[in-house]
Amino acid sequence: MIHVILIVFIITLFYLSIANRMLTYVKVLALQGVLLFFVAFLQLSEINTLNLIFILLETIVFKAIAVPLFLGYLLKRNNITREAEPFLPNFVSLIITTAIVVATILLSNSILDSHLDKMFFVVALSTLFTGLYFIASRRKIITHVMGYMVIENGVFVLSMAVGNEMPMMVNLGVMLDIFASVLILGIFLNKIGDVFKDVDVDQLTNLKDY
Amino acid sequence: MIGIYLIGSFSIAISLFFSKNKNLTVGLLGLFLVLQWILTIYGINNIRSNDFGYFTYDSLAILLLIVISIIAVPAMFHSHIYLNDQPAPPATRSIYYGAIVMLITAISAGYLANHIAVIWIFTEITTLSASALIYHHRNKLALEGTWKYVFICAISITFVFIGILFLSLSLEHAGSDDLTFANLVANSDKLNPFWLKLAFLFIFTGFTAKLGLVPMFTAGVDAKDKAPAPVGALLSSVLMNLGFVGVFRFYVVIANTPLHHWANLVIGIAAVLSIFVSTVYMIKLKNIKRMFAYSSIEHMGIVMLGIAAGGIGYYAAILHIILHAFVKSSMFFQFTQLYRVYQDKSIYHVGNYFKYNTAGAMVLLLGFISATAMPPSGLFVSEFLIFRSLFEAHQIFVLIVVLLLLTMIIWAFGKNIFKILFIPPVDFDDSRVPKISPWESLSQFALLALAVYLGLNPPAEFVNLIKESIMLLPN
Repeated sequence: MIHVILIVFIITLFYLSIANRMLTYVKVLALQGVLLFFVAFLQLSEINTLNLIFILLETIVFKAIAVPLFLGYLLKRNNITREAEPFLPNFVSLIITTAIVVATILLSNSILDSHLDKMFFVVALSTLFTGLYFIASRRKIITHVMGYMVIENGVFVLSMAVGNEMPMMVNLGVMLDIFASVLILGIFLNKIGDVFKDVDVDQLTNLKDY
Repeated sequence: MIGIYLIGSFSIAISLFFSKNKNLTVGLLGLFLVLQWILTIYGINNIRSNDFGYFTYDSLAILLLIVISIIAVPAMFHSHIYLNDQPAPPATRSIYYGAIVMLITAISAGYLANHIAVIWIFTEITTLSASALIYHHRNKLALEGTWKYVFICAISITFVFIGILFLSLSLEHAGSDDLTFANLVANSDKLNPFWLKLAFLFIFTGFTAKLGLVPMFTAGVDAKDKAPAPVGALLSSVLMNLGFVGVFRFYVVIANTPLHHWANLVIGIAAVLSIFVSTVYMIKLKNIKRMFAYSSIEHMGIVMLGIAAGGIGYYAAILHIILHAFVKSSMFFQFTQLYRVYQDKSIYHVGNYFKYNTAGAMVLLLGFISATAMPPSGLFVSEFLIFRSLFEAHQIFVLIVVLLLLTMIIWAFGKNIFKILFIPPVDFDDSRVPKISPWESLSQFALLALAVYLGLNPPAEFVNLIKESIMLLPN
């Protein structure tokens, strides 16, 4: 069952790579939060109940509801609907995402380690690299933030791979989630939307060396 | 003690955040400095003891704790002058003071942490408080600097976390789940090398955002440029030391495994590239603060080169970060006065500083001599020892390249500093230049003198502390 959910998680990455509308990104992020909720529920069977409830609450409340709602609010306030001019066409994006997933599968097959659950490793690494690819290939700042959220979901999957032996790792991952998202989204809430009307990275080039 | 310190300083930070009364603010800042020094003296008296489970007063932590406690005093003093000179709204002032107290607290606790996850948490808190400080001016450029800093730091903190996860996978092979550094060193022969390699790459890359090395150095430069200069002094001295602590403590673990040479190679490449990058930018730069920031990157490159070379290089590297912290922070403190004279930070609009503020110009001149490691300065000793260690490690080619790059840096740095000091600026109206009291430069002279004293005539206790902090490294 866990494997099915993780495969669905990978499929969401393919979907993200060809999505055009910003609202689709937000919905996929919410879906990933729900998927992570089920993965955590099924995988973390050996940790104590209170901790499990905390982790589950974080995935469902924070990842699946609060952050997508907030991103949706930002989109509405700044009138952003489409991802304007990505650096690469969607077809190439899809090919690159596929290549990332295939490469991580090959990489994980070359690792001989009985301690490692390969499924988690493949999903986590491919999510991580896909998120980095999103950041590198999109123009809008808000898409960069979403790419960062994808990276964090990947890190969360990875932390669950060792979660039963070291529950502290999952808790730290949760902390990273809350901390970094509050920090990054806080800046958005604060000013960036007002100062940079069309939030494009091309406008963040005034700080230079000469 | 650390528990009292953390609770005390966090409550001071929160009260500063709400305090609108100037006298109360000054009182609270004084109280915080007293608390900081109490922690430092307690640490010196209880050296090598554990506190609160996750903190240890080991020799490296004590050395750097003394450094931050010394630098915190002028930092508060110059922040006070800065905020009186450039009046900010009361809410902004409160955020500034609250954030600077949080920053110093988080850095101090990060030094003392003996658990890799605890260092990670406090590094996150430094990002949070530093971003509030960088955004102090509330304009578009400050926002751009803050955004870049926050985003790059968030990604690097994620990298460190991934590294910690790989480290825990590596530690599972040793049948243990305790991620304290002492336990890691004790189990270093049982760690799985494959996961350890991955862990080192990710943790090193992550901490370079704070340490100021290639690949993540960019955000730090923008941050030091846009932050108020007293904050820039903290960012380019004690915060860089926190990045160093993060890398160094993990390096001690990996140095006791067969991966030692591989780790040296990784660190060495990053170090040489950093020196190269800072040379390229130093030659072209026209912004004084960015020039100081790139000079810090060059120094961190030299420090990590000493670590990679080994032998006497370990000792020299620790000496170098301590002396560099004093020198670079004094130059940043001096910048606030320079800015008050010219209201500009471009080299083109600044000049003939000796005419307007003799004491401050002396600080810049002495700071230049110290930062470029010319003989009376303490940095000369540590840099010389690092070059010796490179020579002894038979890295002659690297040594020649680095020396050539450093010569170019000295030329570029000197060209700009002497323009600031002697050549009159074009079209500068000096009728409204404020009179600056020479007493404001006293703290900078003291810091520079301390750097010379510790470099040329180090007290025996100081040498012992440094030697003890590199004791666990193989030769």
